[in-house]
Amino acid sequence: MKLTEKETEILEILDENSRADLNTIAKMAGVTTEEAEAIIQKLEDQKVIIDYSTMIDWRKVDGHEGVTAMIDVKVTPKRGVGFDEIAERIYRFQEVESVYLMSGVYDLSVVIRGRSMSDIARFVSEKLSTLDSVVSTTTHFILKRYKHDGKVFETGDDDKRIVVSP
Amino acid sequence: MKKSYLSETVQSIQPSGIRKFFDLAATMEGVISLGVGEPDFVTAWNVREASIMSLEQGLTSYTANAGLLSLRKELSNYLYKRFYIDYSPEEELIITVGGSQALDLAFRAILNSGDEVIIPEPCFVAYGALTTLAGGVPVYLSTSAEKDFKADSADLRTKLTPKTKAILLCSPSNPTGSVYSKEELEDIAQFAKEHDLLIITDEIYAELTYDEAFTSVAAIQDMKERTILISGFSKGFAMTGWRLGYVAAPPVLRDAMLKIHQYSMMCAPSMAQYAAEEALKNGLEDVEKMKKSYRRRRNLFVGSLNELGLTCHQPNGAFYAFPSIKTTGMTSEQFAEELLLSEKVAVVPGNVFGPSGEGHIRCSYASSLDHLQESLSRIQRFLQERQVKEEAPAIIK
Repeated sequence: MKLTEKETEILEILDENSRADLNTIAKMAGVTTEEAEAIIQKLEDQKVIIDYSTMIDWRKVDGHEGVTAMIDVKVTPKRGVGFDEIAERIYRFQEVESVYLMSGVYDLSVVIRGRSMSDIARFVSEKLSTLDSVVSTTTHFILKRYKHDGKVFETGDDDKRIVVSP
Repeated sequence: MKKSYLSETVQSIQPSGIRKFFDLAATMEGVISLGVGEPDFVTAWNVREASIMSLEQGLTSYTANAGLLSLRKELSNYLYKRFYIDYSPEEELIITVGGSQALDLAFRAILNSGDEVIIPEPCFVAYGALTTLAGGVPVYLSTSAEKDFKADSADLRTKLTPKTKAILLCSPSNPTGSVYSKEELEDIAQFAKEHDLLIITDEIYAELTYDEAFTSVAAIQDMKERTILISGFSKGFAMTGWRLGYVAAPPVLRDAMLKIHQYSMMCAPSMAQYAAEEALKNGLEDVEKMKKSYRRRRNLFVGSLNELGLTCHQPNGAFYAFPSIKTTGMTSEQFAEELLLSEKVAVVPGNVFGPSGEGHIRCSYASSLDHLQESLSRIQRFLQERQVKEEAPAIIK
């Protein structure tokens, strides 16, 4: 879909800060608030904007630390529906955060979040491996998140500049 | 120690007016600073990494006086591709320690004692001092908010004397953010040719031009031969601390500047030069991203200042807004000082940049969105409180 310059501009502003208020967005993009509102509505309707989510470092919250694993899944595609059917069977599970079709030695990359390693082990052995089309799985646990979706988790990004300079 | 030990020239120049403000702001906690004259981005990692690599490889010796040839070649390509100006890497470029050293070289290379340089003000604080240090005489030309603080040939003519040697231009301008259009530069170019004057053009903010493409005066027909182009990596590439700039000029001028440079500086720091080479090779996309970010913040910040009644022309370049504070009845210094003391927002009083800057303040919008919005609401509160105070006697009357 071809977007106008202003539409792209507004997407970029939201991409950086989805909490920016309408007035700020409008001013930054150089449009009226009505125009900004209409553009955002249109982009939401067209599912260009899917959702506004918050990036949370759950490790810092007692009782919510959780475990995330990335699972490489090899599957047998089906005539007519290819990988889509098995992908859907996998992403319907609530604990599955993301599913991607990959090039390379395996087919689907599945990201799953659970309370503990045994939670995830149970999911893999009971739910995922038992699916007919699934040939094999390789589970990788995430040990530490350094950077996610372009954001570095632990940074000292305070302003190091001197207060007044020419 | 006796003051008479000091040279008369040094005694005749004043320390930068910004310093006083810096000292005051630095003692306070919780200050939001709009007084910073540099990007709020950290230098891109690939650029920093290239510099680290140069150290790891032991590339720590002097470079050629004019700077690494490989860097000058990249620079020459860049200037041509970006601004359509053709400078020979071997004969017309010098890599300097910041744009400031490049300016110093330019003044020292061309000025005889008493030669005059016309400097439109308000302007960057160093021009006049460097002119004086080089034995010249700065001749300030005042400009007005009505004309976006730009000078034209008619204005320049009023300052022309037989001693006039050069005109200094800074576009995009610190502190006003104004940018000279191609037509405006052609008018000035015509004037320079007519009176056989040199032009020193400070284009350090050229990469940060928002609404129309930037034109360098050196790109105007027949102007390269009488132009000394000063620029650097500080602003566009977010590399202020690296102190890396350059000067581009025709061979006769360039050779003269190189003589001074080789005796007083030898060469720019090698690790910064390797970083700059990487910046030119692989950093232009980052420049574009930063520029977009500044433009959005400009739209927001300048729009909001105007709503607050601090009228301000839309600055087409750099990252400064230069609003008028005349409606408050305060002088620039009073305004800046009271704003700092009562609301802890640091701005720079406009008169620091020359008498025509009186009645204005310089605000840098190279600051995070949160800080900009917080500072705007503090300024709003400041203005409202002032208004209440001013209106109070009227009610009594």
